[in-house]
Amino acid sequence: MTQSVADHPILDPRFAPPFPQAVLPVLRNPQLRKNVAHAIDVIQAKRGRLVAEKTDWQELRTAGSALRAHVLENLGTYLEQFESRCTAAGGHVHWAADAAEARQITLDLLRQHNASDVIKIKTMTSAEIQLNPFLEAQGVHAHETDLAEIILQLGEQEPSHIVVPALHINRSQVREIFARTMGLKNLSDDPKELTNAARRYLRQKFLTIPTAISGANYLIAETGGVGIVESEGNGRMCLTLPQTMITIAGIEKVLPRFQDLEIMLQVLARSATGERMNPYTSLWSGVTPGDGPQNFHVILLDNGRSEMLRRPVERQTLKCIRCAACMNTCPVYRQTGGHAYGSVYPGPIGAILTPQLMHMHHAQSLPYASSLCGACYEVCPVKINIPEVLLELRSQVVNQERRQVGRVFDLMYIGLRMANFLFTSAWRFHLAQRLGRIGARLVTRKDGWIHSLPSIGGKWTQTRDLRGLPDQTFHEWWAARAKEAK
Amino acid sequence: MRASLFITCYNDTLYPETGRAVVSLLERLGVELDFHPKQTCCGQMHANTGFRGEAFCQAKRFVQLYRDTETVVIPSSSCVAMMRDQYPGLFEELGNESLRREFAALLPRVFELSEFLLDRLGVDDVGAYFPHRVVYHASCHGVRALHLGERPYKLLAKVRGLDLAQMANTDRCCGFGGTFSVKNAEVSSAMLAAKLQDVIATRAEYCTALDNSCLMHLGGAMHRQYAGMKTIHLAQILAATEDAPAEAIA
Repeated sequence: MTQSVADHPILDPRFAPPFPQAVLPVLRNPQLRKNVAHAIDVIQAKRGRLVAEKTDWQELRTAGSALRAHVLENLGTYLEQFESRCTAAGGHVHWAADAAEARQITLDLLRQHNASDVIKIKTMTSAEIQLNPFLEAQGVHAHETDLAEIILQLGEQEPSHIVVPALHINRSQVREIFARTMGLKNLSDDPKELTNAARRYLRQKFLTIPTAISGANYLIAETGGVGIVESEGNGRMCLTLPQTMITIAGIEKVLPRFQDLEIMLQVLARSATGERMNPYTSLWSGVTPGDGPQNFHVILLDNGRSEMLRRPVERQTLKCIRCAACMNTCPVYRQTGGHAYGSVYPGPIGAILTPQLMHMHHAQSLPYASSLCGACYEVCPVKINIPEVLLELRSQVVNQERRQVGRVFDLMYIGLRMANFLFTSAWRFHLAQRLGRIGARLVTRKDGWIHSLPSIGGKWTQTRDLRGLPDQTFHEWWAARAKEAK
Repeated sequence: MRASLFITCYNDTLYPETGRAVVSLLERLGVELDFHPKQTCCGQMHANTGFRGEAFCQAKRFVQLYRDTETVVIPSSSCVAMMRDQYPGLFEELGNESLRREFAALLPRVFELSEFLLDRLGVDDVGAYFPHRVVYHASCHGVRALHLGERPYKLLAKVRGLDLAQMANTDRCCGFGGTFSVKNAEVSSAMLAAKLQDVIATRAEYCTALDNSCLMHLGGAMHRQYAGMKTIHLAQILAATEDAPAEAIA
């Protein structure tokens, strides 16, 4: 693995290295690992306390899950309802089949409004469609306004988390980025000073740029409204000061009724940031004369979602409300952080979402980036059975392998096919055990342990020993005992 | 009471002492045991790696061998989890109606060892004696798939002489994950190192669990690192008495 990958992780699944390779530079970066583990341990502890105080937490999860499942079963109806209500309220709704179309619609709208600069509220969908580099190439400068996104943008770094995208960066690193890019030589790493520096930087953007881009936490079919939850107030500024607002939302984001926020707002902040309620919740419907943006556009993004919707197991991926509780609890993510997933969506949800967004043509290593420990399913506020989806995707990856000629050189593939041949006959299995015992003697040391195995077994013995094979299997012992008894 | 043992592939091959301990424990409690010599594997490794067809073959074998038994006892929580969580889907997709029916009838009679002791036999004091400081590793499948909850602790509490240590982050994965430990060896090892810190900090003499796969992982690292701690399956602690002390894995 080259050093450049460590410096600039690739968050494009088409070009990112497979997960087992992508983790190597991360695992050799103790500062990054410490930052990640510390940040998620703090969030996890807060989440744990706030979930514990809700006596009806499991009922809320059940309700959240049922609500999201209901939406997915009736997605077309609710999207059309949203379109007609949003349009009636003065908004414009656009449909984008894929990332390229969404980017083009955004650019056309920006050109229509003569925008050379645009301010942005943190949005995962814009990251998914890689909007910023596209706009930059077309001469439109996108300015992030979320504190973490500013840190990343100014520091030319990649996000590693969907809620706290700069969690891999500590405050002395933030100080360095701000001091360098804002020309503030005497800046300290006091969080208050750092946020004040960001505030001064942001004010100038808010007051001079009349066009904004947002994502959406919720689209409300009943009212045609859009909802954004956030912590810093930058979103509220983007929603009130500019003349033009373009919202890019995945088609799955719709909720039937305004009242459904009752459930979603209770589970989201607790799961995401470990707060009872997020500090800012903004809701708006279309255009209100004299108040807020006077031009309002919503781009509804499909980008592979319809295909997920058709498959009963994978469909639950679309229930996701992007709270990131799964990555905060994931023991894999805790070691690797987000960059190794080679996608803007890391962690367990990324491991199931990214390959599907790529139509299973890329990111085939991601469904295997999990020990299937089930912690993600346990915390998911809308009960996405992530291990179940991981297994389904693994089976699709294996079915792809079965059609590839190169499989005969894949030791894991050959090994598992062989193992099945042995396990489907007790006679063959027992013969293999006897042969294995003889073979093991060659690699077992005097202390009775195997310290080094050849081939893929070496992957095990790089950090663990393996006790040598005992002289008698259980079934041999059982047979001998039965004979004695007679 | 009669019960059939299912001693899955790696326990049969690598850790026969666990099966022997289950035999001595359950016979001491008056259970009449049998063992089907043709059993091999539950299919978990194949299912978890994406080889559904192969996993189905092994799942079908299990049902065919055990459909007429009164009760099945399995001293491996992840193998039981495989049956409860994955067999229904495999049989739905690849099996026929009669197989599905036979499995549905068999499944309620399949018990993980601690479930069998507490839920079926109704004993928490099995008369064990194990005068050592022990820490229990709550394996992922035991906690989140089987919801074993307090069962292992209830059993450990009644073992005479045993000093139970408490571990931080007790239900965090040790990083084994079957083929994950080889396919993603580096991440698996990093998870193992983090887990081992919590385990070693307890200053226990033994780390125990209801799944030898986690113990193989933890014990392998303990041995590599001269950690001064050993692993032992809970069945071996429960089988141990003053007259017949336990045999440790590592």
